[in-house]
Amino acid sequence: MKYLDEYRDGRVARKIVDEIQRVQTKPWVIMEVCGGQTHSIVKNGIDYLLPEGVELVHGPGCPVCVTPLEMIDKAHAIARMPDVIFCSFGDMLRVPGSEGDLFTIKSEGGDVRVVYSPIDCIKIAQANPDKKVVFFAIGFETTAPANAMLAWRAKQEGLKNVSLLVSHVLVPPALAAILQSPENRVQGFLGPGHVCAVMGYEEYEPISAKYHVPIVVSGFEPLDILQGTLMTIRQLETERGEVENQYSRILDREGNKTAQKLVFQVFQVGDRNWRGIGTIPHSGYHLRSEFADHDAEKLFDVAQIATRESAICISGEILRGIKKPKDCPVFGTLCTPQNPLGATMVSAEGACAAYYAYGRHLNQSKGVDVPIHSVGGAA
Amino acid sequence: MTRNDSAANAPVAAPSSSSFSQNPTTEIPNPLFGSCPLPIFQHKNIVLGHGSGGKLTSELIDKVFLRAFANPILDKLDDQAVLQINGDRLAFTTDSFVVTPIFFPGGDIGTLAINGTVNDLAMSGARPLYLAAAFILEEGLPAEELRRVVESMGTAARKAGVQLVTGDTKVVNRGKGDKLFITTTGIGAIERDVNISANRARPGDKILLSGYIGDHGMAIMSKRENLEFEGAIESDCAALNGLVDCMLDACGAVALRQNGGHPLHCMRDPTRGGVATTLNEIASQSKVGMFLHEDQIPVRESVQGACEILGLDPLYVANEGKLVAIVAAEAAHAVLQTMQNHPLGRDAKMIGEVVSEHPGMVRMQTRVGGTRILDVMFGEQLPRIC
Amino acid sequence: MCLAIPGKVIEAFDQGGMRMARVQFGGIIREACLEYVPDTRVGEYVLVHVGFAISKVDEEEAHRTYQILEDMDQLSELMAPVVDERDRHSQTPHPTTAAENGATPPANGVTRGKEGD
Repeated sequence: MKYLDEYRDGRVARKIVDEIQRVQTKPWVIMEVCGGQTHSIVKNGIDYLLPEGVELVHGPGCPVCVTPLEMIDKAHAIARMPDVIFCSFGDMLRVPGSEGDLFTIKSEGGDVRVVYSPIDCIKIAQANPDKKVVFFAIGFETTAPANAMLAWRAKQEGLKNVSLLVSHVLVPPALAAILQSPENRVQGFLGPGHVCAVMGYEEYEPISAKYHVPIVVSGFEPLDILQGTLMTIRQLETERGEVENQYSRILDREGNKTAQKLVFQVFQVGDRNWRGIGTIPHSGYHLRSEFADHDAEKLFDVAQIATRESAICISGEILRGIKKPKDCPVFGTLCTPQNPLGATMVSAEGACAAYYAYGRHLNQSKGVDVPIHSVGGAA
Repeated sequence: MTRNDSAANAPVAAPSSSSFSQNPTTEIPNPLFGSCPLPIFQHKNIVLGHGSGGKLTSELIDKVFLRAFANPILDKLDDQAVLQINGDRLAFTTDSFVVTPIFFPGGDIGTLAINGTVNDLAMSGARPLYLAAAFILEEGLPAEELRRVVESMGTAARKAGVQLVTGDTKVVNRGKGDKLFITTTGIGAIERDVNISANRARPGDKILLSGYIGDHGMAIMSKRENLEFEGAIESDCAALNGLVDCMLDACGAVALRQNGGHPLHCMRDPTRGGVATTLNEIASQSKVGMFLHEDQIPVRESVQGACEILGLDPLYVANEGKLVAIVAAEAAHAVLQTMQNHPLGRDAKMIGEVVSEHPGMVRMQTRVGGTRILDVMFGEQLPRIC
Repeated sequence: MCLAIPGKVIEAFDQGGMRMARVQFGGIIREACLEYVPDTRVGEYVLVHVGFAISKVDEEEAHRTYQILEDMDQLSELMAPVVDERDRHSQTPHPTTAAENGATPPANGVTRGKEGD
């Protein structure tokens, strides 16, 4: 596949790694912000390619993980209603709320449907005029244009039976929150490539300047992540702290103005509660009042359910890059994807779930994250 | 780490069922001390994930079915039961087919039923002989659709050299049966001196895969509501008994030369849960590790494309016309060549080897040069946006 | 945030008031909405996320930056930042591309680290 396969070339990966080894003189802690980047790193074993002294920590860029429990419970309450068709991206299906997940609700008779695109809800609504179609609109800025289009079309076409339950979160305030924390260990960032494809990267410049940290907007394939890491290390070694663009084949500083325009017509910035972190001001999108008729939070009377987070879960510290999954005493034992105790295990993109899926819980050895060495004499 | 194989050729009566597979983290009731006292099955209702072939399925089997059918010799947990009756070895299997849509690119629920059952038998080295089929029809199913399915079954059975010798039909009320469900049972004769079982993999063995992975699962996915896409992905649904015969012929020659135990140690068709789940099952049953090479695993470009946009991993996608075989090193190249000479094995590859390190774990060298662990799937693989 | 894949636009059309396309991803074709990349032409590559093209692939830039990666072992001496912002609205080459433009990889460049197959 063009523009994909070539960024997985092992030979070129080796060249970038050699260059990293050549320029690196000190240990550095770099955070990849986006859950998809975490996924790619663990799936391809990229951290095992990097030289010792380059530590990758995983950031809060997993919208599924950071969706607050109250919002999930609201979603579940709506999905249980008899005249509702509840539509969601696959990612949210297995996230447990206070009682069960969307799969459980489906097994109890709820009409829960997985969609690939928010726009699929339009067809469903048109085919089921007597039902209320509710879409769980989660995501970072990358998904905002798609979610916005659903709201926009619903309003334009007067589709009264379509509404969105919005739980959008934004990356820049989260980065700032991480950097503000006195326990912060992160020295450089791989910026979220697809978020910036929509929003551009102007917003990251003041953050980079204020804290004097390199932010290198990077793609998702192994070569993108390796090159982004190289660029970050080059900055760190020369004490620079700037925003750079590794993913220039996809984005530029301005981003997609057409998409931004519609996003701002549909959404407004507001405070959002991040699971594991708490409320971050101006860190999320809410539907504008003109779209009140399509705002599921307003349309459905969902009483607040008492939600309780596990006392032993250290998700908050993991999301902020202060700790890693292996630092958690119950990682892989009491807390597994089957029985997640907190934010970073609930979705396949969360740091804990990603580590678990790729077997890291099986390689715990005295708290030291040792790369599994390749089997000598294999093949 | 050597296992005593002397019991391998002794009469075996091991009742097991096609979907029973053991997961290393679940408990099996100890026949000496009775069943496990802990309150076990946590789910109030059955959820879709219980049918996906991953950890949830294992949990269901372990904590519900095994407890009821507690049987001292269930530990083989192969896809078919190998029975000893009056000196003859027979393979016995059952399976049910509930796929939606019932017609899909490359096949239908009928071809799936015949070939799936033939394959379960063939995987033990048996010659598939006779099938039985029970149909549950939903009121309102168009007769024409039933006719098409049944004709497909007839064609598939003739092609595979098996006969459908008995059957049953029931009709349920509209809304109670998703058009058509088929349950099959199959019986075959193990005529060769084989000993194929999931617990026979040994360090040094080679892992062979008969061809492109992910075709069937993605063909079905291409017709799934809201996830449709266009493209020439067809199910690979096929009867593998002919391919297995050739492989056993090749082994036969080697066994004679080497004078050791039969070199074909394990064989399984990676259906739901895909290659990754199947290899994990064998690794855990045999208590060995496995090491794969991603760049040797064949995936069609179209399947790759579909998996990329939906965020799925081909290693966990179902196949219906492929097999993995764990073969002793000395026979591996001969078997591989034989496979490549057969129409259903043209794209066969050697994808890895069995190792003594990390027993129960399957690891893989990624295309980019890192390493990754292939864990067992939990529930269904779902399309994702992250 | 995250899963977006590049694909080739093979047909563009209007549907229900929206600009849509059939996009090819390595052998399969899926529809995507082009409303956010309105000047896309058939044959161009777009980045698709949940059924929406959110960006176009700048093929020249892709080629240029990939070449830098390929030549990395030869260029390591030149110590230029690997990728810099290219102003999409101007044709002025960035000063540091001079090194990349001038350098031609030696015919028998040594690659460290043997590739597989």
